[in-house]
Amino acid sequence: MSVATVNNIPVPGKSGSADIPWNKKKPQQKTVTDWIIDIVIGVLIAAIVVVVLYPLWFVVIASVSDPDAVSNGTMKLLPVDFSTSGYQLIFKDNRLWTGYRNTIIYSVLGTLLNMVVTLPMAFALSRREWKPRRVIMFLLTFTMFFAGGLIPNYVLYKDLGILNSMWVFILPSAVNVYNLIIARSFFESSIPESLFEAAKIDGMSYFGYFIKIALPLSSAILAVIGLYYFVYHWNDYMTGLVYIQSDQFQPLQVVLQKILLAGNTVAAENQSAEIANYAGQIKYGVIIVASLPLLIVYPFLQKYFNKGVMIGAVKG
Amino acid sequence: MSTQTVNSTMRMTSKESKPIEANGTKTSQVVDNFEARKHWSIGRKLSWHFRQYWHLWLMTIPGMAFVAIFAYVPMYGLQLAFKEFTPKKGLTGGKFVGLKYFEKFVTSPLFGEIMGNTVNIALWTLLTGFIAPIILALLLNQMQNQKIKSFVQTITYMPHFISIVVLVSMVTLFLTPGTGLLGRVFGANNLLASPDAFVHIYWISGVWQSCGWSAIIYLAALSSVDPGLYEAAKIDGANRLQLIRHVDIPTILPTCVILLIMNMGHVLNVGFDKTFLMQNTMNMPASEVISTYVYKVGMVSNQFSYSTAIGLFNTIINFIFLMLANGISRRVSDTSIF
Repeated sequence: MSVATVNNIPVPGKSGSADIPWNKKKPQQKTVTDWIIDIVIGVLIAAIVVVVLYPLWFVVIASVSDPDAVSNGTMKLLPVDFSTSGYQLIFKDNRLWTGYRNTIIYSVLGTLLNMVVTLPMAFALSRREWKPRRVIMFLLTFTMFFAGGLIPNYVLYKDLGILNSMWVFILPSAVNVYNLIIARSFFESSIPESLFEAAKIDGMSYFGYFIKIALPLSSAILAVIGLYYFVYHWNDYMTGLVYIQSDQFQPLQVVLQKILLAGNTVAAENQSAEIANYAGQIKYGVIIVASLPLLIVYPFLQKYFNKGVMIGAVKG
Repeated sequence: MSTQTVNSTMRMTSKESKPIEANGTKTSQVVDNFEARKHWSIGRKLSWHFRQYWHLWLMTIPGMAFVAIFAYVPMYGLQLAFKEFTPKKGLTGGKFVGLKYFEKFVTSPLFGEIMGNTVNIALWTLLTGFIAPIILALLLNQMQNQKIKSFVQTITYMPHFISIVVLVSMVTLFLTPGTGLLGRVFGANNLLASPDAFVHIYWISGVWQSCGWSAIIYLAALSSVDPGLYEAAKIDGANRLQLIRHVDIPTILPTCVILLIMNMGHVLNVGFDKTFLMQNTMNMPASEVISTYVYKVGMVSNQFSYSTAIGLFNTIINFIFLMLANGISRRVSDTSIF
């Protein structure tokens, strides 16, 4: 029994605490203050959930409701006069789909390059016996706090000839130092050193160890960093705004800005009356269409978030 | 965890054991004779180093090349701030003009307004963006039911994955006077066009978007608390609030300090995207900040050197703040990032 309680340190309120001898006389009981605190916390949490969720839910129902009901406030919790006209108009809009296609290309290629460059580098920098790693880490960390800025970047991209092309979305962001530090700390702390010793004795090279042992044990960090990079690419607005002139290369976020904020409603000529009617629905629908991919993916990776964020920030 | 490790080690050893039998002397390479290497010449040390570590160098070089080109070359280009920009010379710039552009910025009539706005927005965001996640994490940590807790976390993470463009669009739609979800409440007052409301819209939407996500790190820190500590405090007669005050808060304090230092390094980096998207001619007196001004001077009116100078000015102030925060924290609490 005593062994079991050493490993499972009793949690208050759980049955385990009764197993400890000195707790037997006085079992854990909730006092009145505890009840009050529990209720206060419950109410606060419920309020937070409503405040976070309701605006999002509002967008969802507004995208399929009668625009008048949305604007005069009769639509509250459920859609009013359900219709998908807004979505039908959105699906006819080529600009949005060009942006969508571009963003998918930039995000997939960009994330691939990110992973291919960041992971081996993070692994190399996690090897303690490799002395140059401290200098390299310093040079990398320095760039987190000191950067050239907008104009030097612009001039550089112009000289490299990547201005107004898809490469400006992919190449400059190849290494994110924050993500690199997360991956490095993971390799340092979560993969037992004995594995490396064993591999070394078996004559395995660093490459072999990285590919065959370190990577297969790092699925958590692969998921977290892959998601971070993908979200960055998907939501990147400034690159398109500053470095891209032609519409054919514009990413989704710039197209969104044009539709949602600059007031260029969805362009499908000859239907202007219909579009004016559904302008509101279209705007809410566009928000859904643009955000849905990330909102569907992230809950599946949620269990890895704690690990990734914790490692990165504490060791960084 | 430990048994799993042992298993995988053993599996690997048994699978890879053949090569060792084939050339039994292989193990002699592994012995790292540190003492002997001390007396080697530099050339021999270098050649030993590269023979030993060329794999690691090869793995690092692509990333280093990207960082060198896309982070350090622009830093080299900062000299534009002290020179006249000519399209022919590119990053190195033309005639040296010293601090001309810094003086131009500091003495410009907009300087006070831009700096004031930047500091105002930055401090509001820093403060609320720092406190709100801590409160949320402490609240979530008090929840006993793990399933509900995890559900609440999933909900609060959600806004983090929404882009800034969508966030600003939602704010705009909601605050449209008369017809928006919140705009109706304020009647004819157009908050979107009000300079006084700008900073509050900015930080409230910021807290809505990032509070849940930023709380992760505190939750992770809180989950590392030894449950025995709670037990001990309870036996000493501590109530729930005292547990939070004397166990939870001291646990997350180092994390708080580190995050605060990191944020100090970006104190004047008011996000370009959000400010730029929320700007309109009406709220401009409160919404023009350094980053949007850098964009307008550089990309809209093409004054490259002037824009670079303003950007560098911003970076240097940020760097000073970072160093100050880091130094103070090292003295006071032994926590620092450098």
